[in-house]
Amino acid sequence: MSIKGKVFKYGANVDTDVIIPARYLNTADPKELAKHCMEDIDIHFTERVKPGDIIVGGPNFGCGSSREHAPIAIKASGISCVIAPSFARIFYRNAINMGLAIMESAEASEAIKDGDEVEVNFETGEIRDLTSGESFVAKPFPEFIRKIIEADGLVGYIAK
Amino acid sequence: MGMTMTQKILARHAGLPSVEPGELIEAKLDLVLGNDVTTPPAIDVFEKTCALQVFDRNKVALVPDHFTPNKDIKSADNCKKIREFAKNFGVENYYEIGDPKMGVEHVILPENGLVAPGDAIIGADSHTCTYGALGAFATGVGSTDLACAMATGQTWFRVPEAIRFHLTGHLNTNITSKDLILYIIGMIGVDGALYKSMEFTGPGVETLEMSDRLTICNMAIEAGGKNGIFPFDQKTLDYMKKFAPDRLAAGSYEVFAADEDAVYERTIEINLSDVPMTVAFPHLPENTRTVGSFEEIRIDQVVIGSCTNGRLEDLRTAALWLKGRKVMKGVRCIILPGSNRVWKEALKEGLLEIFADVNCVVSASTCGPCLGGHMGILARGERCVSTTNRNFVGRMGHPESEVYLASVPVAAASAVLGRIAGPDELDEMLSEDNL
Repeated sequence: MSIKGKVFKYGANVDTDVIIPARYLNTADPKELAKHCMEDIDIHFTERVKPGDIIVGGPNFGCGSSREHAPIAIKASGISCVIAPSFARIFYRNAINMGLAIMESAEASEAIKDGDEVEVNFETGEIRDLTSGESFVAKPFPEFIRKIIEADGLVGYIAK
Repeated sequence: MGMTMTQKILARHAGLPSVEPGELIEAKLDLVLGNDVTTPPAIDVFEKTCALQVFDRNKVALVPDHFTPNKDIKSADNCKKIREFAKNFGVENYYEIGDPKMGVEHVILPENGLVAPGDAIIGADSHTCTYGALGAFATGVGSTDLACAMATGQTWFRVPEAIRFHLTGHLNTNITSKDLILYIIGMIGVDGALYKSMEFTGPGVETLEMSDRLTICNMAIEAGGKNGIFPFDQKTLDYMKKFAPDRLAAGSYEVFAADEDAVYERTIEINLSDVPMTVAFPHLPENTRTVGSFEEIRIDQVVIGSCTNGRLEDLRTAALWLKGRKVMKGVRCIILPGSNRVWKEALKEGLLEIFADVNCVVSASTCGPCLGGHMGILARGERCVSTTNRNFVGRMGHPESEVYLASVPVAAASAVLGRIAGPDELDEMLSEDNL
């Protein structure tokens, strides 16, 4: 399974408060959360993002709170994959449980630029920057994680 | 290979003689926690698991503390959903506003005797790591993990590597455990302990009270840590005598000490007397500065409370520095007792009267302003000194507001002086008055 999309690039330590500010946590409705995704660091994100697009962040992506609303908001906004050198551990776990694909690659995170067109292959872990022509390899997911993501999250996976 | 405290607890709960870092294990849980932000989505997932009951009515704690007393209709609907779930499934440790045992989750769970040494605990709140203060393994998870754990009483973990913080000496006057943990985060960074356990050891441990240890473990997550943990000692025992007498009497706890040959990824030596008075500047807890090393910073608000610094000891310290003074005109000082028990004790000790006399407002016990929920939101451009745990962009309100994380003495002194200051400046003010 592979996906292709345009990159939204952010820096280090993108925290869950900027991914989805707590003032919107009185609901867990994905559509509502998506309306405010990233708004405190990128006010134009929600109007520019298209289904399939990719977020590339710096180290410790998703640090902060345990809110599952963060990966829900990112996924519901249309983002197909987040690439970063490292993820905060609760976010990492929540992203997989929610079926949001995440890839760890310091090289890709450094080299890929905002607005680049990028293709990601989940089986091989290959990340291709179609704009620059560069290619990177992240550690691919083990099969059961791939199945969780394909099943739209842990609940769908268990129900199968 | 020897094991750390964390590794031993995980091995015991996985039914294994030993575990190694990186190993994936399935562990039985002693307590599972949710709040009013994370529990409503967990209830939806719980229903999808088709579980007929929660795994143990006594081992699930539901604490609606974030947007309560409810700030709007959606929050009220969420709390109603939790209330009905608790009733339908007979959840024993569900807490309602006004209940003498209610308050901010990480303040009340230890106070209510639900945490004991050797426990394995998960909570759908990142500051669940607080309970490591009592020698338990405790870590934060999301709503889906909470739901599955409520159904099965277990979850999977990756056994963490460990960083040892070897403490010696003692903290100087006016320096607190909050300064220590901010100093550590400043030293190793917000991902300095990513995925790892932070194990506090050494002769300096015995100089730290249980309230100090709770504050330190509370912020392990701000260094990316999976958990923070202290060894069991006389202070743990004393705390159990007061707050968990039933479990102490029943012997339903277990003391795990690290092996002599336990493996640590690194050891950081800290002489507590080297810890300076520390403030974390916007917008990361690692962005620390020493009080006195920066230019004047005027402030608009002070918040004293939260799961980090909302215990009775914290309110006593705040009252000590505020008594007989006044909050600077133009500054709002909000005090949030961490639980109804803390609130009542503070009332009995006369602390609330001191706060009222010096022009503070004392709120109900809620997470409210800490996460920018309600009860003290910042406007564009405003600055707040807060004893809470996060200062991310927009954390307490407008994305262009600023949060400075500090100890209770610094917060109290800043409220009086209208700028970020240490309590020693209050002493100077006093001696000037006496001249």
